[in-house]
Amino acid sequence: MAVTNDPGPALRQDLALADLVACPTCDTLHRMPDQRMDGRARCVRCHRVLVNPRKRALTNIVMLSATATVLMLAALSFPFLKVQSHGVEQESSVTDAILAFSHGLMIPLSLAVAALIVLLPMLRLCAIIYALAPMAFGWKPARGAIAAFRLAEALKPWAMAEVFIVGVSVALVKIAGLAQLTIGPAFWAFAALVLVTALNDNFMCRLTVWRTLEARRLPR
Amino acid sequence: MAHARSSQTAPLTARQAGLVACHRCGRVHTADAQKCVRCGAVLSSRDDTSLQRVWAWLAAGMVAYVPANLYPMLETTSLGKTSDSTLIGGGIELFRHGSYGIAAIVIVASVVIPIGKFMAISYLALKVARRDGASVHLRHRMYEVVDLIGRWSMIDVFVVAILSSLVQLGAAASVKPGIAALSFALSVAFTMLSAMSFDPRLIWDADKDGARDPA
Repeated sequence: MAVTNDPGPALRQDLALADLVACPTCDTLHRMPDQRMDGRARCVRCHRVLVNPRKRALTNIVMLSATATVLMLAALSFPFLKVQSHGVEQESSVTDAILAFSHGLMIPLSLAVAALIVLLPMLRLCAIIYALAPMAFGWKPARGAIAAFRLAEALKPWAMAEVFIVGVSVALVKIAGLAQLTIGPAFWAFAALVLVTALNDNFMCRLTVWRTLEARRLPR
Repeated sequence: MAHARSSQTAPLTARQAGLVACHRCGRVHTADAQKCVRCGAVLSSRDDTSLQRVWAWLAAGMVAYVPANLYPMLETTSLGKTSDSTLIGGGIELFRHGSYGIAAIVIVASVVIPIGKFMAISYLALKVARRDGASVHLRHRMYEVVDLIGRWSMIDVFVVAILSSLVQLGAAASVKPGIAALSFALSVAFTMLSAMSFDPRLIWDADKDGARDPA
């Protein structure tokens, strides 16, 4: 978006509006105290957390996202689980779990599982890194950073790595009586990935990131 | 824990102030703005099509939940014998085995959460503009819970995926996924979309004491 050096009256009014924030849940208007405000602020009406800025949040988010990406690659490449029973051995990687549905009518389900546990979490991590890494280094946001962060936010409910890990644990209990189990390094990589993602989301303050993205686009 | 400063004692909504707020990033615009300057979202003071989409996705989710219960989730072949287990059957079997904790997780994910979600979303959508019934705060809490826990129902689908990839032990035991896994996954996805379509600001418009009455 083109911004002139001399803001006209319309833009000045727009900048004044930028100091306000409406609660996305209940539409109540609030005045944002300061860009560098510290600590959590809740909506006065519905008590939803409006902003929760953390120190060095951008750097932490980018670092944790990079960590999660490496862990995801590890989870995909190492053996995941192995069962043994009566001399028969069956090894399963995360990819095997995805391909379990790849026959006939179940192919769409296979694609969905692949998307939910690998593709969408990966895409989300890449989008977060793309949108925030330049700002973490103190540069201007990259071209398309807004679209990338929008994508990352839209993907959040569909990235189900943590649901998958609970599913795996349930499956393990079901198998435990049937065969001997060996847990591979990929399982631990996946478990660590879940923890790192949870920590990452804890640092992520949506409204603050949006405000920072907007502020950094304008010439100083 | 600080509250964000609100300039008035009674909360004022963006709509009452003649402004329109972005539902995604909270940016406030003049009423004639079409697109959010901060995040690019299409602006609307209230999402008028929200309820239509809520009901449509909810109906789809309920329809898909029926075959998910009727058809087998897993086909287990053990020593030449093939047995089917359904969505609820899997949980009950675990309960009989004595793994109560895991059985509880499975039953909650496959029955309690889906049915609870159907009821909660219907209630919220039916009562949305009305001031009777549960308080706005309670409704908002319901909405938050529904929005938060819906995705955990996918546990069952992942259990089927892991079991059928892992338990391929020749004659001893082998597991194949059943068609119910697909319809259950669809049901969960549809109800998630239903909850996401809900514009929570509609819930708060029925608030009688929190905000000033619109002029």
